[in-house]
Amino acid sequence: MPARPRPLSPHLEIYRWQIGNTLSILHRATGIALAFGLVALSFWLVSLAGGEDSYRTAYRAFASRLGLLFLAGWSFAFFYHLFNGLRHLFWDVGWGFERRQRHASGWFAVVGAVASTAALWALLWRCGRL
Amino acid sequence: MSLRSPLGRVLGTGSAKDGTAHWWAERVSSVALVPLTLWFLFSLLLLPSLDFAVIRGWLEVPMSGFLSVLLVAVLTYHAYLGTTVVVEDYVHGDGPKLVLLLSLRFLYVLCGGAGIFAILRIAFGS
Repeated sequence: MPARPRPLSPHLEIYRWQIGNTLSILHRATGIALAFGLVALSFWLVSLAGGEDSYRTAYRAFASRLGLLFLAGWSFAFFYHLFNGLRHLFWDVGWGFERRQRHASGWFAVVGAVASTAALWALLWRCGRL
Repeated sequence: MSLRSPLGRVLGTGSAKDGTAHWWAERVSSVALVPLTLWFLFSLLLLPSLDFAVIRGWLEVPMSGFLSVLLVAVLTYHAYLGTTVVVEDYVHGDGPKLVLLLSLRFLYVLCGGAGIFAILRIAFGS
């Protein structure tokens, strides 16, 4: 038996903060946020099935300031989770484990998510959807 | 000296008794979600507006309805798999963990079921 309890993964406080564990935690955080987004998606679909009045109520909620803030957050969470998820899938087949590759793909996920989110909202704004 | 039984060593499952199935299901559903989520996003972006009649008309097309049902189903499954691991990792104490895991299951079935039923209502025009 060990003399003192061994740290079991994942104990957040034992890590030195660096890009690897930060992005890993962000992957989980965005995943949790997107799970709440699923509730919003279902709510939107149910409002759509309920008829024009219920859809208008839901539309107003999403188009409100708070609604747009949530949609912006979910769009970033979606793009980040998508890019970092692809990173995980590449790791799962054994690619990109070298330190430089890990860091490069990590920054790609972050920058790609920020750029995609910005591009999406710029497009929505330009098309007059906002 | 190992205290593991020969059968335990062959099965190689460790103390949790499973894990690879969960892990694998998470990966497979994530692969499916890449095209499904991007299809959904780009479909909405390509619509002329997000007005009631436009969205309804789009979802009434069989392919849109079908892929939307798949999206909600796989999304719900993937979210269930992912958040289950988070609860297992960070919620301590068997009581709270069990309550939270069961609540999550019920909520996901409720949420996914409501979303799918809504799409079917639109697709079949009721």
